[in-house]
Amino acid sequence: MQLNTSNPIETMTHNQIKKTPPKFKKIAPALAAASCSLLGITEAIAQENNGDWKFDVANLIYAESDSRVAATEPVFNATKTYVDGEILNVKLVFDSLTGASPNGATPSDTAQTFTRPSGNGEYTVDQDENPLDDTFRDSRGALSGNWTAPINRDWEYTLGAYGSKEFDYLSLGLNGGLKRYLNQKNTALNFGLALSADTIEPVGGKPLGLSRMAIPGSGTFDADFDASRADSSDNKSIIDALFGVTQVINANTIMQFNYGLSLSNGYLNDPYKILSVIDTTTGANYGGNYQNAGNNVYLYESRPDSRMKHTLYWQTKYALDNGDVIDGSYRFMIDDWGINSHTLDFRYRWDLGNSYLEPHLRYYMQSKADFYQRYLTSDEFTSGSIKEASSDERLSDMNAYTVGLKYGYKLSNDKEINVRAEYYMQTHSGDTGFGKLTSQDLYPDINAIIFQVGYSF
Amino acid sequence: MKLKYIGQIVCCLAIALSLSACSNLGVKPWERDTLSRPEMQLIHDPVEAGLDDHIYFSKEASSGGRGFGGGGCGCN
Repeated sequence: MQLNTSNPIETMTHNQIKKTPPKFKKIAPALAAASCSLLGITEAIAQENNGDWKFDVANLIYAESDSRVAATEPVFNATKTYVDGEILNVKLVFDSLTGASPNGATPSDTAQTFTRPSGNGEYTVDQDENPLDDTFRDSRGALSGNWTAPINRDWEYTLGAYGSKEFDYLSLGLNGGLKRYLNQKNTALNFGLALSADTIEPVGGKPLGLSRMAIPGSGTFDADFDASRADSSDNKSIIDALFGVTQVINANTIMQFNYGLSLSNGYLNDPYKILSVIDTTTGANYGGNYQNAGNNVYLYESRPDSRMKHTLYWQTKYALDNGDVIDGSYRFMIDDWGINSHTLDFRYRWDLGNSYLEPHLRYYMQSKADFYQRYLTSDEFTSGSIKEASSDERLSDMNAYTVGLKYGYKLSNDKEINVRAEYYMQTHSGDTGFGKLTSQDLYPDINAIIFQVGYSF
Repeated sequence: MKLKYIGQIVCCLAIALSLSACSNLGVKPWERDTLSRPEMQLIHDPVEAGLDDHIYFSKEASSGGRGFGGGGCGCN
């Protein structure tokens, strides 16, 4: 995946050093150099003004415990800053994912057999085990480019394009932004717009929402599998708008406030997620898997075909007199799926001269989507009363914590090597079921490590 | 939830501060040496920020905030 993280809203302080109206083109380098030396700004920044490239390479490893998802993600990022203040950025990201991912079914007191998403073959999960699909494997390449340039001394624009390809997913996007400086450039107003057109081609075709998973080994498997599928592909469009204010508070403090609106339309399901149907009949199987003709019933998930999200974001950076920097942010998100979330993020950059240490703490909590259900009851299944349902743990009531530490070492003015290690934990909660289901762990925690090495030159 | 309301209050204060105090806040151009330090940029390490956004987009129901929330991935 990569998110399109290009942000039209960057602090103006760095850019304004570089931004100069065209008519002052010839004296700009001299003035910039003079200002930089007066202000004690490093030679590296002065060189950037002459049109130097700056490169960042990094590799991230993300690994969950219990043989779940593991990802390796190398990144190559190149930025060129021109004399007139234009900035060109090109970024290349690769992703390689392996491991097992929850398929959404509940654990059971008996072994469970599932059809693979492709329809070719099956896999069996032992009793009392969280059902994981061990065929989860993907790789992705993403390329993005952004161009930022001043229009005049008060205005600046950004244009960008983005494309990424996975085995079953294609995303193409465009974005643009405008920035207006006010109040001696102590205030910047920002507006950004991003459009994305995504195409998904699920392995085995697109499942019909709440259709039944074909029974492995059944004599009518082929016909049942075809009946559970609609087209081979579908689309999703996303429109993002971002409004922001960046304000210099004083010589040591800068603050940003953003409002974001995001509209998604189209196919928003996860085609590989299913739900268990749990038996409500009084008797020995109360709370067990509901069976039809002797076979467990599993249904493909079904989500709404649109989503509107509102995001408020506040960030403040404060430089202490000893050179340390405090970075704090808060984000509130609310959407029309019934989810709202709070994210607190805190970093303290401890300046050690040629190196630094940066502890990082993050706390995230979200409420569940209205249509989130850990399972469907047999009553809901037989009555057909449920039209939308997903047991995707990412839509459940959740708390998540990140604790990390980063170390950076400056090899020279414009070369830095850094490494970070973080621990990420997710806990989920919700309906704990009834009957036999109550003895199962329906909400296992996720524990992951994040390790990154980076080099800038 | 209490936290929800605290968050909304914090955001409202931030808006009020941003909009009402713009004319009184700020520094002169020659006072920007600290603010011009690379580590004082709001997104100091865009590569790390992009990688983090990718992780959390893939594992949680929220995205965006400091930048576009967007799509670009089949992981969510």
